[in-house]
Amino acid sequence: MKLGILFSGGKDSNYAAYLAKKEGYSIGCLISIISENNESFMFHTPSISAVEKQAEAMKIPIVIVKTKGEKEKELRDLKKAIKIAIDRYKIEGIVTGAVESVYQASRIQKICNTLNIECFNPLWQKNQLELLGDLIRNKFEVIIVGVFAYPLDSSWLGKKIDYNFIDEIKKLNHKYRIDPAGEGGEFETFVLNSPLFNKKLEIKEYKDYGEKNSWRREIKIE
Amino acid sequence: MILIINICKEKLHYYEFVKPIEDILRYKDIKFFTKPYNELTKRDLKKTKKVIICGTSIYDNEFLENCPDFDWLLNFNKPVLGICGGMHLIGTVFGNKTHTKKTLLKKKTEIGFYNEKFEEDFLGLIGEKEVYHLHNYYVRFGKDFLIFTGGKCAQAIKHREREIYGVLFHPEVRNKDLITNFCFL
Repeated sequence: MKLGILFSGGKDSNYAAYLAKKEGYSIGCLISIISENNESFMFHTPSISAVEKQAEAMKIPIVIVKTKGEKEKELRDLKKAIKIAIDRYKIEGIVTGAVESVYQASRIQKICNTLNIECFNPLWQKNQLELLGDLIRNKFEVIIVGVFAYPLDSSWLGKKIDYNFIDEIKKLNHKYRIDPAGEGGEFETFVLNSPLFNKKLEIKEYKDYGEKNSWRREIKIE
Repeated sequence: MILIINICKEKLHYYEFVKPIEDILRYKDIKFFTKPYNELTKRDLKKTKKVIICGTSIYDNEFLENCPDFDWLLNFNKPVLGICGGMHLIGTVFGNKTHTKKTLLKKKTEIGFYNEKFEEDFLGLIGEKEVYHLHNYYVRFGKDFLIFTGGKCAQAIKHREREIYGVLFHPEVRNKDLITNFCFL
């Protein structure tokens, strides 16, 4: 079965793509929604413009649709993007990186249902510490590109997900109930390398925006 | 030892519909083994104490074409819990000797959180509870089954004489205790 990956450039959609490939599925394309709304409920926003470089590194075509990020309009734009992927790449199903968010997962499920295609959520209900451990064991290089909760601040931007990160985030989970994999929207990530990449991505430059406990890093890839 | 039956045709659905149930059992130190429905042996059914039949996605319905693979349910005397697709199977196997799904399965799409009212205790659920739905069909159960929820669409059922339970919703998402309560029956 040929699948489209709903792709934000972060750890979850990259790991979901890896599982699809590992289980023998063909990846027809990546599908990315670029939201102009930094507060989008549906879509990851920091460094989303660098997804094209990830697609190049994976040698997988990408469908990009821009949205203003207004609540119901962004769902219409997502449906439009999936339709383009069906027409252009003949995909028969979508893979998402949804872990806990019923808001996200159920909306994507409904769109797939109306388009008569399969919907796969291979990270669904996965233990968040297990997910971080799986990323490290499978040699994913993941950095933090956004933080949105106390006590996370700009010093977290650019931090790699490694065993030290897991130790730190466990402590924050204990003390401040920060979700270890950022499922509550506490942080966002970007993947620089994975088993699906043919080359590692290098950051050419970056710029940080924000204040206090809300920061985003926009990166440019070489 | 609990037998978890995987009814997914698509391998990638294992992670969404089977692994979360394995994780719940693992977390509670409950021993289990998992088998695809079309690889079950008499030995598997003999060595297990209880059976959980997991669900699958709304488009992954091959298992319904192979209902005769579940005929063992008719004479099985150990507790069984069918989740979503697993509940469809229970209804179909017990309700229709010709094993055609069309007469028993009725179309109703529900995706997301819904509140359901449990009129009697059902594996720890009683009163109004939020449950997660992901289905295109429900089953019209016959008189052999008790129905624990209101409305025309049965959300939770139990065979009148046997320890055979079914839920249309996915307890692995918001009602994890239901699964452990079944395991500790």
